[in-house]
Amino acid sequence: MARKPTRPARASGKPRRPALNGLGLPKTEYRGRPSTLCKGCGHDSISQRIINVAWEHNLEQHNVVKMSGIGCSSKTPAYFLQGSHGFNSLHGRMPSVSTGAIVANRQLEIIGISGDGDTASIGIGQFKHAVRRNVPMIYIVENNGVYGLTKGQFSATADTGQSMKYHGVNELPPLDICIESLAANATLVARSFAGDPKQIESLLSIAFKHRGISVLDIISPCVTFNNHDQSTKSYAWGRENDLVLNIVDLVPPAEEIQIEDYESEIGIEMHDGSYIVLKKVGENHDPTDKRAAEDLLESAREEQKFITGLIYVNEDQEDLIEMLDLTETPLSHLPDRKLRPPEAVLDAINGRYTPLGTT
Amino acid sequence: MEQIAAVPELTISDHIVNDFSLTVATANGTGSQTSNLVLMHALFNMGIPVTGKNIFPSNIQGLPTWYSIRVSSEGFLARRELNEITVCMNPATAVEDMATMQPGGYILHDSAIPVAVRRDDVTYIELPVKSLVAPFKVPTALRAYVSNQIYVGALAWLLELPMEEIHRALQQQLKGKDSAIQLNLEVAQAGYDHCNETYENLAPWRVEPMAGFNDNRILIEGNTAAALGAVFGGVSLVSWYPITPSSSLAEAAADALPRYRLDPDTGKPTFAVIQAEDELAAIGMAIGAGWAGARGMTTTSGPGISLMAEFIGLAYFAEIPVVVWDVQRMGPSTGLPTRTSQGDILSAYTLSHGDTRHVVLFPSSPKECFEFGWRAHDLADQLQTPVLVLTDLDLGMNLWISEPLEYPDEPINRGKVLDAEQLDELAAEWGRYRDVDGDGIAYRTLPGTPSNWAAYFTRGTGHDEMSHYSEKPEVWEHNLQRVQRKLETARGLVPQPDIVRDAGERIGLISLGSNHPAVQEARVRLAETGIPTDYLRVRALPVNQTIRDFINDHEVTVVIENNADGQLHGILKLETDVPDHQLVSSRRCNGLALSARWITEQIITITQR
Repeated sequence: MARKPTRPARASGKPRRPALNGLGLPKTEYRGRPSTLCKGCGHDSISQRIINVAWEHNLEQHNVVKMSGIGCSSKTPAYFLQGSHGFNSLHGRMPSVSTGAIVANRQLEIIGISGDGDTASIGIGQFKHAVRRNVPMIYIVENNGVYGLTKGQFSATADTGQSMKYHGVNELPPLDICIESLAANATLVARSFAGDPKQIESLLSIAFKHRGISVLDIISPCVTFNNHDQSTKSYAWGRENDLVLNIVDLVPPAEEIQIEDYESEIGIEMHDGSYIVLKKVGENHDPTDKRAAEDLLESAREEQKFITGLIYVNEDQEDLIEMLDLTETPLSHLPDRKLRPPEAVLDAINGRYTPLGTT
Repeated sequence: MEQIAAVPELTISDHIVNDFSLTVATANGTGSQTSNLVLMHALFNMGIPVTGKNIFPSNIQGLPTWYSIRVSSEGFLARRELNEITVCMNPATAVEDMATMQPGGYILHDSAIPVAVRRDDVTYIELPVKSLVAPFKVPTALRAYVSNQIYVGALAWLLELPMEEIHRALQQQLKGKDSAIQLNLEVAQAGYDHCNETYENLAPWRVEPMAGFNDNRILIEGNTAAALGAVFGGVSLVSWYPITPSSSLAEAAADALPRYRLDPDTGKPTFAVIQAEDELAAIGMAIGAGWAGARGMTTTSGPGISLMAEFIGLAYFAEIPVVVWDVQRMGPSTGLPTRTSQGDILSAYTLSHGDTRHVVLFPSSPKECFEFGWRAHDLADQLQTPVLVLTDLDLGMNLWISEPLEYPDEPINRGKVLDAEQLDELAAEWGRYRDVDGDGIAYRTLPGTPSNWAAYFTRGTGHDEMSHYSEKPEVWEHNLQRVQRKLETARGLVPQPDIVRDAGERIGLISLGSNHPAVQEARVRLAETGIPTDYLRVRALPVNQTIRDFINDHEVTVVIENNADGQLHGILKLETDVPDHQLVSSRRCNGLALSARWITEQIITITQR
């Protein structure tokens, strides 16, 4: 007969109490199911940031919905906020489903998770229109410049000149999520790096309070596919070095890239051996100045650096729900009497279409 | 071809009262719509059974348009192939319009349009439109528009339609715009007077007031009725993308919702209408709303249905209520965007990838458009699935005499939705996709429900009863079997077919949608020639036992539809096990509504085999 495992007694004798938030909940309550992403994936780090901020902000999980499209990033809503409804929808179509959900219930807090393929390639249309409508939601792009789930094709945010084992060199210029957002009149645009917990959490805190759409473009390195042939973590390297790596789904474990807090600029070596430079928005940048935000992004693009931090915010523009002037009561909660006009109304309508009667 | 009786010898007692068709040929963008609607309403107000069909091009200005009006003392509302009177206002089509006129017919034409080949078997009435309109002070921009009233007056003279009726119909059409009413009436009167002074009216056709048929009936477009149905069905989000011939449905909803659906307590909208960036977004928004507990709907036509296919599959498998109106037009591809067809039946029924079969409703009248307008939402909520309503351009965009719109006879049915209290009681027992009632329909929860047990993860990927991701073969199979069970439940929930039996066992007719008036008329004609028929009108898919029984009860059943492939016939073949010779297809696809004559000929041919 199997014996039940027993928990060893604590040495101190006093059980350690987990920290509780304002709702009396430990952080573990905000977790999700175990992640199935590759070890060291930046996306998991972002999920942890969401868990932290939601816990710190005493978020009522039942009022939050987690929306996503398709791709590695879109799987992550299963890995945080277990007490929230989630909707893993279609590739590139998360914005429209989110729009419908918030119209149905204006009290919901929407956290949308997307990737660069989901947003900048197949979903660029819905993305820009959701931005244009100022749909009240947090829209996070977990941006790695590559298609992970379909095993390593270029996305529309891949760098010019970047090379990939089966797809050669990317000749096309990347789309910049932040510039695209600004062009579509986004009311909050920010960028960060998955390995910068402090900055992401502070940006998330701002986004939770923002009136309309918050676009967070988070550079999130792919540990597996965004790799040059020259890279020590590329398949070619593995094959040449006699490792059994000719099976496509063998994923070498990698360490997640974490960075320390930085003053103004920091260079980061990515998993694939490439190098990116993050540049914080300076203290002098006025994020309510749209022209300044545009200049900042364009100059950074020329310098081939990623501007991070809060790039633009506009709290004056009304969001979609305000524009639609909907009832305070969510449409999903309206009683039947408010959804079906009385019979007399239909009688009057019929009356308008009946013959006038002979003279 | 049918011949019209010779004309000149007729005396007053031989007049053909309330039985003829007339066609007005104009160029689109010339504003003939007001004139045609005035004629329609004048006839309707007189109690005369009348139908009007707009045959128009996919164009804004300058291409040929025809408006056909049929009056029928017997109350037949289908398209008639024969045309006794043609009004030629369009030089571009006049030669053909005049050449194809039936012998004995009348041609009323603008004198600016010369008669190319004068025939002696038709009568010409010349209308000097330009000189008749000249005395009126009309801005140049409105000249063509107002000129159309000349033919209204001329027809009133020809048909002895009292000018007072024209006046009343103008008042109806141009509500409150007194000067416009006056101007249009005077121009019409000029047309009337010109004919009266120039010609002796030897035409046989007359209109006379009738009692009975139009009493308590309404004259309305199918799309308008459908939109009103949705308004009374509690639709909360209409997300749509413009496409002919469905746009007027969404526009009618956008017009009616602010009138009838402001919150009585706060005066605020209880609805949203969003013109999406494309059909993908339109259906996505409607599904998002349905998932979050508000009734979502979108309106489209064939090309939009194609674009929505992926989302429909998601809603089918994630089990989210949504209503899609497909006002069918001619395909494949862009096809004939302004011509009618029933070519989406098969694709709608099995829309999306993988194994899918949907609930599809087929309204046949404005009254039924209204009914399905609200009922579709109840069915979608009850079955937690997309419901497609298939109508077509003919029903949607033309005016039809209909029974009045009937107030829903049952309360709004939101289906199986658990609230926080129920969830707390069920706790871990509840599974989003767990079939506890045996009908294949599981209980769902809405985001925002304040219970620790409410949340679940919605996905189009393989999922178990708890909605957790699973790739296990037995889990997938089990889930599909439950969805199959739900389809069986749907067979009993969807509107049952309408059946008329009076022939016994020999010939059954099956049809659907806007073919109904033509089938009704054909049945009368067939009965007159000694071929009685039974008739089943399919009102919904999936098919059920009633339809199978009807087919089994008849020696031969003919499926009549307006498409090239015999799509309903194909579905019935698939879902019944009758031998080929017992279920035959009669189909036609030429951009026009089916006529009773064509159906009659088809059935006669089949019975002679």
